[in-house]
Amino acid sequence: MSAHVSVRNLRIVAGSKAIVDGVSFEIARGKVLALIGESGSGKTTIALALMGHSRFGATISGEVLLGETRVDQLDEAGLQALRGRRVAYVAQSAASAFNPSRTIMSQVTEPLLVHRLASKADAEVRAVDLFRALALPFPESIGARYPHQLSGGQLQRLMAAMALITRPELVILDEPTTALDVTTQVEVLKAFKAAIASVGATAIYVSHDLAVVAQMADQILVLNQGRTKEQGAAEQILHAPTDDYTRTLMAAASPTERSAPAVVAGDALLKVEGVHAAYGRLPVLHDISLQLARGATLGVIGESGSGKSTLARVIAGLLPRSAGSVRLGGEELPKGIDGRSREQFRRVQLVFQNADTALNPVHTVGQTLARPLAFYHGLKGAEAKAEVARLLDMIRLPADLATRNVRQLSGGQKQRVNLARALAARPDVLLCDEVTSALDTVVGAAILELIDELRRELGIATVFISHDISTVRAFCDQVLVLYGGTAVEQADAAAFARGVHHPYTDLLMHSVPEMRAGWLEQAVTRKAVLPSEVGDDLCRFLPRCPVAIDGRCNAEAAPLRAGDGFALLCHHELQTLRELTA
Amino acid sequence: MNHVFSFARSLPLSGRIGLGLVLFWLAVALVGPLLAPHPVGAFVDQDVFSPVTASFPLGSDYLGRDVLSRLMWGARYTVFLGAGAAMLACLIGTSLALTAAVRGGWVDEVLSRAMDTLISIPSKIFALVMVAAFGSSLGLLLTITAITYVPGNFRIARALAVNVVSLDFVTVAQARGERGLHIALREVLPNMIHPLLADFGLRFVFIVLLLSGLSFLGLGVQPPHADLGSLVRENMSGLVDGAPAIVVPAIAIATLTVGANLLIDSLKPVEKQG
Repeated sequence: MSAHVSVRNLRIVAGSKAIVDGVSFEIARGKVLALIGESGSGKTTIALALMGHSRFGATISGEVLLGETRVDQLDEAGLQALRGRRVAYVAQSAASAFNPSRTIMSQVTEPLLVHRLASKADAEVRAVDLFRALALPFPESIGARYPHQLSGGQLQRLMAAMALITRPELVILDEPTTALDVTTQVEVLKAFKAAIASVGATAIYVSHDLAVVAQMADQILVLNQGRTKEQGAAEQILHAPTDDYTRTLMAAASPTERSAPAVVAGDALLKVEGVHAAYGRLPVLHDISLQLARGATLGVIGESGSGKSTLARVIAGLLPRSAGSVRLGGEELPKGIDGRSREQFRRVQLVFQNADTALNPVHTVGQTLARPLAFYHGLKGAEAKAEVARLLDMIRLPADLATRNVRQLSGGQKQRVNLARALAARPDVLLCDEVTSALDTVVGAAILELIDELRRELGIATVFISHDISTVRAFCDQVLVLYGGTAVEQADAAAFARGVHHPYTDLLMHSVPEMRAGWLEQAVTRKAVLPSEVGDDLCRFLPRCPVAIDGRCNAEAAPLRAGDGFALLCHHELQTLRELTA
Repeated sequence: MNHVFSFARSLPLSGRIGLGLVLFWLAVALVGPLLAPHPVGAFVDQDVFSPVTASFPLGSDYLGRDVLSRLMWGARYTVFLGAGAAMLACLIGTSLALTAAVRGGWVDEVLSRAMDTLISIPSKIFALVMVAAFGSSLGLLLTITAITYVPGNFRIARALAVNVVSLDFVTVAQARGERGLHIALREVLPNMIHPLLADFGLRFVFIVLLLSGLSFLGLGVQPPHADLGSLVRENMSGLVDGAPAIVVPAIAIATLTVGANLLIDSLKPVEKQG
């Protein structure tokens, strides 16, 4: 069988720089090719070239064949007939790809109507079939809704519906699950795989996540800086990679255990007790308590909306708590930022997730780092300059970067500067809010290593907020699992590894894709056993819990069950939980 | 001086043209009266609306005065009164906007509603009342025109500032314990300076128009002095003859305002640098 899609010697040049250089591959009909690489490796650029699209100012050369069609030689009209009909595209962020002022149905059926392939009524019937195939709730009526009324995972599936509705020959999926929670990702991946198979389309899956790719791809192409590093069958790349770069990627994807666990000495430095917080009338945190010793690391895990970022904001005083206390070294911190002394500000530093917005774009690296030095320590002139150089050295950036504007840095460099600004204050507690989630795996792993090293050297207590359970497991001394603003489980690293878990933690752990083919098929999407109930005191996880007990979970608040080094909120006995989650 | 040259070299062609025009008019405004061939109110021509001649390089106006001299005297009113009022308006408007955006809450509410009230007063009527009450003077004209354009600048600056304040680096500064003044001036203001300059350019044009409107009503710059706007207005009857007396001041206003806007537009916004 001849290849369905074949790309020969693809070269995409912008200005004098080749973004993609000499990439060739073939995909047989109905197979899935994954393009893997870090940001800037040209994977999206290649994917877009298959639709004959290049970003402004870039030129495509080489051969792009879809069936018998030379995509690279099509004119504007030819491309219009191709796009959305024979080739479809699913973008990374469905939330921003939908038009907020039109209904879902009108947007999903649009490709059919634009290409005059079906009448409106037929199109809607087809759309509903697809909604059903993609396991969307209320397939009959979901089309009448607007994008803001749906969740991220649902929008991502609807975006796939929009792409698949014309039964295209080729579907391009560009990081379609990167922005989703792990639990949602499993469902979306399953839906994608089934839907693509049912349409019989060939697919290109662009991703940086090897474990996800392992579930989806038949072949893998590893890219670095626009060049092919390695290409072959998925099995071979995942289990017997021959290229060094592929091995680096694989190593970064599975975080290694930390070399030296924390020497937890003395009393708790940071003590949070019974903290409640709300945005206006909407409660977000419910009775959170934690303790953190000097030099220790606490991992806070949860899905988006679980209140993990809010916890950091409450500790930093950005959101005043409505009840409870936050103590730092025995001293109670005022609720909000009003009334905190400069010394109290200095001791708690917050590092934000997105360094692009956390650094002021008009300042240079030097100005950014010098401000906390001047503000907290009164350092000026040559002294400050020397300290900035020392900080840059600590985060392993060259000293001459100090005069550069922060805009001119790469994502990883920005995140380092972001971290260094917090360290410049010489804090006692560092609150890291998803500091690696916007970075490539390799860069993220380096940042983690850096934080860990600094923590050990400087004895900083770290609160590490993440949605990535495997990172937290490898990196932290204590783990706090948040669900709906409640701490459903709290454990030290050893107890967490031994493995009695709250059903929610268990769900999270089982949703992290493993790097082997066939995991997705085995992964069971656990369904709730009880209809959803709303009650202030009831277990928050009840509407999703696969092991809820009728008459108890939906009747009374969950008791706290404590064991050796851990505590969790559940109606099940620990012994039962051990069996259930084994 | 070297600094000015290197600055000029860094500008694109349009920016250099703008810079040249602005510098030219600044020079005219500063030294014009010293170089003017005739006093501002002197009747020197037998004829009115005479064309370009050797003795009157830009012709004469509706009373037989030398247009070149009147232009050289009048430029300073437009340049200094216009630019001064625009600067004053932007300074007040932006300061209040930064206060509103950084403080938020009731401060924002009070300031915004106060500005809404001010914006609802028709500017010409307001100017008429003020001039009628206090009599026309340069100081009053400056105050009136500045006050008239404060709310517009406030609205734009506040919208810009509110966007910037919602960004993480401002939150970081708050969590660092920074005072409002530092946040406003060091974190927020540099990120909105370019649109503000563009706004300044627009306000400058509006103010030139408002001043000439007031002069037309006899409430602005008092005769025999005239700003560029009133030069156009007073020679309006020369339009049918195509007299230079009306064309030249119009061109003067155009070159001044277009020059100022060309210059401002060519100052690179921060995000495009590097």
